[in-house]
Amino acid sequence: MGFLVGALCIILFSVFLVQIGKARELASTVYNDKSEEYAINTFQAGFGMVFMIVFLLGCIASFVYYMPYILGWGPYTAASEHGPVVDRLFNVTLLITAIVFFITQFALFYFAWKYRGRKGSKGIYWAHNEKLEMVWMIVPSVVMTFLVIGGLQAWNQIMIDLPDDHKSVVLPSSENEHIEIEATGTQFLWILRYPGRDGKLGIRDFTKIDGGTNPLGQVWSDPNNIDDFHPDKIVLPVGKKVRVRITARDVLHNFYIRDFRVKMDAVPGMPTYFIFTPTVTTDSMRRRLKERPEWQVADKNDPNKQRWETFDYELACAELCGRGHYSMRRIVKIVSDEEYLAWIDAQEGGSLSAEGQVEGVKTQYFANIKGTAADVLASSEEMKNYEGIMAAKVKANAKIEAAAKDVSIMAQVQVPLKALRLATTAADAEKAFSEIDRITAGYSTVETPVMDTTAVADTTAVEIDTTAAPTPH
Amino acid sequence: MADISVTDQDLHHGEDHGDHGHDDHHGDKYQSSFIDRYLFSMDHKTIAKQFLMTGMFWAVIGAGMSIIFRLQLGFPDADLSWLQPLLGGWIDINPSTGVGSLNPDFYYALVTMHGTIIVFFVLTAGLSGTFSNLLIPLQIGARDMASPMLNMFSYWFFFLSGVVMFASLFLNTGPFSGGWTAYPPLSELPQASDGSKAGMTLWLLSLVLFVVSVLLGGINYITTILNMRTKGMSMFRMPLTIWAFLVTAIIGLLSFPVIASGFFMVLFDRALGTSFFLNEIYVAGEALTERVGGSAILFQHLFWFLGHPEVYIIILPAMGIVSEVLSVHSRKPIFGYKAMVFSILAIAVLSFLVWAHHMFMTGMNPFVANIFVLFTLIIAVPSAVKVFNWIATIWGGNLRFNTPLLFAIGFVSLFISGGLTGLFLGNAAIDIQQHDTYFVVAHFHVVMGVAAFFGMFAGVYHWFPRMFGRFMNETLGKIHFWGTLIGAYAIFGPMHYLGMAGVPRRYYSFDTFSAFADFDMMNKFMTIAAIVVFLIQILFLINFFYSIYKGKKQTTMNPWEATTLEWTAPINAGHGNWPGAIPHVHRWPYDLSRYEDRDFVPQTEPLAEGEIDGGH
Repeated sequence: MGFLVGALCIILFSVFLVQIGKARELASTVYNDKSEEYAINTFQAGFGMVFMIVFLLGCIASFVYYMPYILGWGPYTAASEHGPVVDRLFNVTLLITAIVFFITQFALFYFAWKYRGRKGSKGIYWAHNEKLEMVWMIVPSVVMTFLVIGGLQAWNQIMIDLPDDHKSVVLPSSENEHIEIEATGTQFLWILRYPGRDGKLGIRDFTKIDGGTNPLGQVWSDPNNIDDFHPDKIVLPVGKKVRVRITARDVLHNFYIRDFRVKMDAVPGMPTYFIFTPTVTTDSMRRRLKERPEWQVADKNDPNKQRWETFDYELACAELCGRGHYSMRRIVKIVSDEEYLAWIDAQEGGSLSAEGQVEGVKTQYFANIKGTAADVLASSEEMKNYEGIMAAKVKANAKIEAAAKDVSIMAQVQVPLKALRLATTAADAEKAFSEIDRITAGYSTVETPVMDTTAVADTTAVEIDTTAAPTPH
Repeated sequence: MADISVTDQDLHHGEDHGDHGHDDHHGDKYQSSFIDRYLFSMDHKTIAKQFLMTGMFWAVIGAGMSIIFRLQLGFPDADLSWLQPLLGGWIDINPSTGVGSLNPDFYYALVTMHGTIIVFFVLTAGLSGTFSNLLIPLQIGARDMASPMLNMFSYWFFFLSGVVMFASLFLNTGPFSGGWTAYPPLSELPQASDGSKAGMTLWLLSLVLFVVSVLLGGINYITTILNMRTKGMSMFRMPLTIWAFLVTAIIGLLSFPVIASGFFMVLFDRALGTSFFLNEIYVAGEALTERVGGSAILFQHLFWFLGHPEVYIIILPAMGIVSEVLSVHSRKPIFGYKAMVFSILAIAVLSFLVWAHHMFMTGMNPFVANIFVLFTLIIAVPSAVKVFNWIATIWGGNLRFNTPLLFAIGFVSLFISGGLTGLFLGNAAIDIQQHDTYFVVAHFHVVMGVAAFFGMFAGVYHWFPRMFGRFMNETLGKIHFWGTLIGAYAIFGPMHYLGMAGVPRRYYSFDTFSAFADFDMMNKFMTIAAIVVFLIQILFLINFFYSIYKGKKQTTMNPWEATTLEWTAPINAGHGNWPGAIPHVHRWPYDLSRYEDRDFVPQTEPLAEGEIDGGH
């Protein structure tokens, strides 16, 4: 109904306008002299002048109005080392283009006004002027030269990769060290990976990807993979160089953190990188925003807090990747060295203790998967096998520890132990365990529940490695 | 009226079209039935009208789509269930509240279709197709194109391409939704997006047909311009429109086949199991172990090797039209004719050397960017020359504020505004921040979207009498102009600030990120402005169709007092354009305000004793 009324209004309005148009046409034929034409010229050219003035003033006014939001002007000055370079280039270009913009727009509409056709006016025959044309060819060329040189210097500085001898570590302490993390875009979330205590990301093989248990296809025979963990946000220490390895699993994505002026496509099968150094912690950014009236309002999601209190740097996707493109958000926290190390420790995969590993394996596999659309394996055969194998290993560890002092038993136990290590199904693992159980029967274990992981905390009998984790078939 | 002193013996170029050389062209024996005359016509003037009207049809569809997705952006919480009769299942109705909202898949389909339709169907076919067809034979003095038959095929391939694209709108899985750039792997993996199912197949098919249309047209334009100019029409006596059409056609001929090859590779990847653009992909719970070794970046190189020249394919005809219109309505020769020609040529050459500036942040080796930054910013020089020359054309003129002139001035204003923002994006270091933000959206909409539309409008208002023997209504034209100019700046001006704040483009909703959620008011404002501008274009359509039948009649052959040849043909000329012999040319096309006693001297008037041809 509203649709019809709207359409009717438009039609009526159009008819009205057509009538006006016709009336003007008739009027001009009645007068049939040039005065009508001159009047139109003056009116239109005058309107052009008014438009130009309002337009140019509007440009200035709107810029001032939006200044608090424009990067590099309000509180959003760049929070990374290279960011201010980008901002400065932007602003230099803004200055140059603004001058050209104002001069040319003014000239266009002013000359149109000045040279409007009037009674007795006549155009001049001015077909070309080589000197003038040289001027407006050379001046832009010179300006462009400066922009190109400035731009390329900055670009090559920002984009150059780290030299080969640069070491990736947990917390850099010298010029030659950096933090290496990884972000993998997938529909529609970022899978983040930290290298753990060894500072090294393990290798990956996309054929080993398993939606539930190995979302990145980490190759478990690479020891660097063992302590890698998948947090749900990026946490980085302030002032330390970071190299993000950017990859994609399905389609193109783009790793974009606005406040750091960081942006790079994620391409399947072709890892890219971006190197940056965060310079402003989340806390000091919040304090900076606190000064701003537009941030002293209640937060939309948490009315008990003001907006500045909930501010966080955000990782977004900036390359169309499908229907959920707009929702690939991860929080980025910039903290002090101590907070960063504490956070690493708290990530269960980050600790090297066996206890941490058992729990950490679960965490790193399921932190980002459980409850999401990718959670297809929650109750799958693989999962049951995986848990069965883990349980058998824990039980076997307890048994072996109890019998550890008996050399002959330890020799006998090697065969089933190997079988346990290679077991790929829960049944196989259980069989291997019962063999171990039979051999070590004479030794009673400490009376603890089977799954009590403290009992295995110090054992090295069975490497609770992740090669036993379900592999894709 | 100038004396057209030619005889049949002087005819050079009409000869091989003997059947057109008769005195009576209105009842051409090949064009006698209704179908031959209006449907499968070989008359370039009719084909031009077909291109124009088809372009207008697509413009309404393409712009209408933008209104729907602007509604989502400006009023994300509004109830859109009233659109359900039109969009059906694409409106998701919340079962508990009954509130209808746009399906995200369809949002992306709309964005994709909007881009594809406007870029290819409206601004390539509708603009270059219309005016190349209409003006090339008329302005160079030819009876028709070199091959009227190919010309007809060119239109019908375009039509067919449109039919296929239109059909894709009605697919169950929706039209293609991966952006008009169709980057793989998204465009190749049906598992990754509904739009990449049948929608993408039709999209590819449609655009391959479109490439055929462009090539058939382009070969014709080039051949006609090079071979069929009338006596005396040397290259440097051609109006700038013709130069623009010639160079446009050459660019199209060199670049469209490249994208066609890219499209075929995508088709092979989709249908035959090749892996040109696929590598190490895990999608929908499955690792595509057989599909390795390709490169997604390779497609982008192929795409932008067309994609960038494409923006010049769009803007050059508009520049040509504007040069012509500015000159005629300012009563002044175009300033620096040769500089204008050489800047068109320079832009054409450079347009092939800048494609990767669309790819600075795509993982391409960053050091390749150096060369592309250099060439991209060099392109600003010929562009600046053109702008200054247009302003110098107005300077010292005697401006007649007819609607075509207004649109030409509007074009220059928009081209300045949009061109200057290109200096940011062409500089790789700034592009780190600006790439794929609304700054890009604002930039290209102003410089090649709206500006090209303004060139098109200037052309339509200016050559409407040439097409239909009547004028469009001036008052409505002026309302149309001011409404569109103010409205276009109201839509795209604020968008720059959105980009400067780092808001990424192609976002269905800004609520997920606190960084991008500050601009509700601005988004509302832009949406309202877009709706107003859309309604004003309906005014143009009314004016257009009303004027075809009821517009003020053209009474003189040369109503704008222009110098060029198209105004020497009779009103409503039939197939063959000139009933008698083809006029000869004796001077350049810009002898305006040259002599005290005469406002203009047509190209057909022989040089007087001792008179030097202008432009030298």
